[in-house]
Amino acid sequence: MSAADFGLPPNARPIRGPSALGGDWRRFVSLTWTLAVTEFRLKFFGSVLGYFWQLMKPLMLFGVLFVVFTEFVRIGGGVKHYPLVLLTGIVIYTFYAEVTAASVGAVLQRENLVRKIQFPRLVIPLSVVLTSFFNFVLNFAAIFVFMVLYGIEIRLSWLQIIPLLGFLGLMCTGIAMALSALFVRYRDIAPIWDVVLPITFYGSPVLYPIETIGERSLTMQHLVMCNPLAAVLQQARHALIDSSAPSAAQAIGGAPRLLIPLTIVVVIGLVGYFVFERSAPHIAEEL
Amino acid sequence: MSDAPLTGPAVVVDGVSKTFQLPQEQMHTLKERALHPLRRSASERFKALQDVSFSVEHGEFFGIVGRNGSGKSTLLKCLAGIYGTDSGDIYVNGRMSTFIELGVGFNPDLAARDNAVLNAIMLGLTRREADEAFPRILEFSELQEFSELKIKNYSSGMLVRLAFSVMIQVKAEILLIDEVLAVGDAAFQQKCFDEFDRLRDEKRTMLLVTHDMGAVVRYCDRAMLLEQGVVNVTGEPELVGAEYFKMNFGRGAAPGEPDRDHNRQGDGRANIHEAWFCNEHGERSENLPQGRPCSLHVAIHFNVVVDRPMLSVAFEDAEHRVVFATSTMWHEEVTGEFQAGEEVILRVEFENAFSPGRWFATPAVSRRGGGADFIDRRQRMVSVIVTGSTGGGGLVDLPHDLRLERVSGAAPVTPP
Repeated sequence: MSAADFGLPPNARPIRGPSALGGDWRRFVSLTWTLAVTEFRLKFFGSVLGYFWQLMKPLMLFGVLFVVFTEFVRIGGGVKHYPLVLLTGIVIYTFYAEVTAASVGAVLQRENLVRKIQFPRLVIPLSVVLTSFFNFVLNFAAIFVFMVLYGIEIRLSWLQIIPLLGFLGLMCTGIAMALSALFVRYRDIAPIWDVVLPITFYGSPVLYPIETIGERSLTMQHLVMCNPLAAVLQQARHALIDSSAPSAAQAIGGAPRLLIPLTIVVVIGLVGYFVFERSAPHIAEEL
Repeated sequence: MSDAPLTGPAVVVDGVSKTFQLPQEQMHTLKERALHPLRRSASERFKALQDVSFSVEHGEFFGIVGRNGSGKSTLLKCLAGIYGTDSGDIYVNGRMSTFIELGVGFNPDLAARDNAVLNAIMLGLTRREADEAFPRILEFSELQEFSELKIKNYSSGMLVRLAFSVMIQVKAEILLIDEVLAVGDAAFQQKCFDEFDRLRDEKRTMLLVTHDMGAVVRYCDRAMLLEQGVVNVTGEPELVGAEYFKMNFGRGAAPGEPDRDHNRQGDGRANIHEAWFCNEHGERSENLPQGRPCSLHVAIHFNVVVDRPMLSVAFEDAEHRVVFATSTMWHEEVTGEFQAGEEVILRVEFENAFSPGRWFATPAVSRRGGGADFIDRRQRMVSVIVTGSTGGGGLVDLPHDLRLERVSGAAPVTPP
C-alpha cells in the first residue's frame, strides 16, 4: 500500500515510529541546544557561586594531586611545567568522565520526554555531550589564563586543540550513545562504568608523564599510547605546553601507529551510533 | 500553517497492529541474562492493537474512545511516532503536533518563562516562535504576575493553565490530544472548551483520545470505539456513545438478562415469565436513547383463577433506588378476573426520562388490597441501558421548560 491508494497527496508523511535521527534537522539542532543549555543552567542552580564551582572542581582536584605528586610522591618533580601538564590532563579527563558518566542515565532521566513526544532520540546523548562541552570550554579558558601567567609562549600549535577536541568528542559521543542506549535494558552498565572510569584515569598519562612508562618498557609505553585518551593527552601536552615533550606520534613509536587510536575512536563512534540506532525505536517501550 | 491547500484525508491508519513484550520477570542485569539465556523467550505477548484502520478528513474532529487498557493511548502514541508499529501503515498529511501530557519537559527549578519556551520548543516551535508566543501564552494563562516565578512554587491549577496556554500556541494542522481536558478548575475548563470550539471553527483536524463520552458527543464529528485493541465501531458520536454505554454497563450480566433470579417472591398462582423493553419503534431493545418514547412489556401466565390482582412495575437505578413506580391500582385499571392458563401482557409506555446508565425493572403481581401480598414478584428481572449525553447530573431528566423573564428594567440609580 502506498500513500496514493488512500487519495493522499505525494507529500503525505508516513509515520514510521521513533528513530535515532530523522525529521527536521533544525528541530534536531534546536532541541539538542535547548536541552544542553537548560541542563547546564540547572547544574549549579541554587548554589551561591554558580558557574564558579564548575571551574573550582577541576582546580581543587588539581591542587590536591599537585601537592601529593610533587611533595610526597615525586612523580612530577622532573617534568617541565608539571602543574600545567597536570591541570590540562585533569580538564581533558574531566570532559571524558563527565560525558560518559552523565550519559549512562541520560535516557532514563528524560523518560518524560521520550514517552510523551516524538523527537529524534539521538538528541539525548548529544545534548549530554554538549552540556559537558560548555563546561570544558569554561575550564579550558581558565587553563589558557594559567598558561599565560606561567609564561608559556603563544604558539601556532595551540590550534591543534581543535582537531584534538574533535577526536576526543567523537570518542565521547560514541561511548555516550552506547551507554545511554544500553542502560535502558541493562542496569548494570552503571556499576560497570563506575569501575571503567578510574581504570581509564590511571591508564592514561594524566598524573604521570608517559616517559615514566617508557623508562621501564618501551613496548608498554607504545601499548598505553594506543588508548585514544592517552594520545589526546600526550599531543595536547606537546602542542600546548611543552614542545620538547614527545608528541603522540613519537610516544607511540612512529606516526603510522597513530592509526591504531584513530581506528579505535572511529570504531567506538560507529559502534555507539549503531547500538543507539538499533535501540532507538524501542526505547519508549522499554523504559 | 502551510500555504498549499490540503487535499485528501489528513490521517490514514491502515491495518495497524502493535504487540508489546511483557517479560514474566524483568531482566535488568547481565548476570540474569547470562544465567538464564533462554528465559527471555518466556515473555508474554500482549496485543495492544490489532488491525486498526480508519481515516480522518481535514477539518474533522475525531474522537477515539475506549475503556482503560483498550489501546487508545497506544494508538495515539503510534500516530505520534513515539511507538513503532508491528505492521500496517500510518500516513499524515500536514503538520502534526501531539499533546499526550500537559507540560512536557517542565522543570520545577526554572521560571515560568523558561518552562513555557522550553515546552513550546518541545512541542515543535522554533526558538524564535516560542519567544514570540510567550506574551500570548501569559495572556491566555492569566499568569502575568507570576511569569518569573519558579514553577515549583506554582499551584497545580496554575501549572495546568500555563501548560495548556503553551499547547494552544502550536500552529499545527493536525492535533493529537490525550485527555487533557480533565484538568483544571471549572472556569479554566470552560476556557479550554471555548478554545476547542475555536479550533473547530478554524477547521483544524483534531484527534481526541478520551473516555469522556460527553466530550465526544459535544465536540466530535465522528468517533471510533476501541475494545481490547480492536475497532468496535466507527461512526456518529451518538452511535459510538450507545455502544460505549452498552459495553460499560453490560459487564457481568448482559443487558436484558435478570439480575438475580433468586430474588423472587410469590405463591405461584401466577408466573411472570418474561419482561422486555421496546424502543419507540416497538422493537425489542437492550438500550434506549434518552428522551425518546419507550415501553416495558411484562408477560404473565396465570396458573389458577385470580380475582382482580394488582400488577405493578418499579424502575430502579444501579444503586437500588426506586425512581419511578406504577401499578394498575393507581391507574384504576379494572383487571377483573383471570382464568387459569390465561396469558396477559402488561405494557407500560413512557417517555424515557432516565439518565444514561443501567436501569432495572421489577414487575410484580399482587393480591388485591395491599401491594405486599405477592403472587409473583421478580426483583430486577430485566435491565436496560439508557444512552444519551444530556445528563444534567440528576437521576431523571424530566420534560421541562426553562424560561427567564425580566420583570423590570434596571432600576435607575437615584441619589439618596
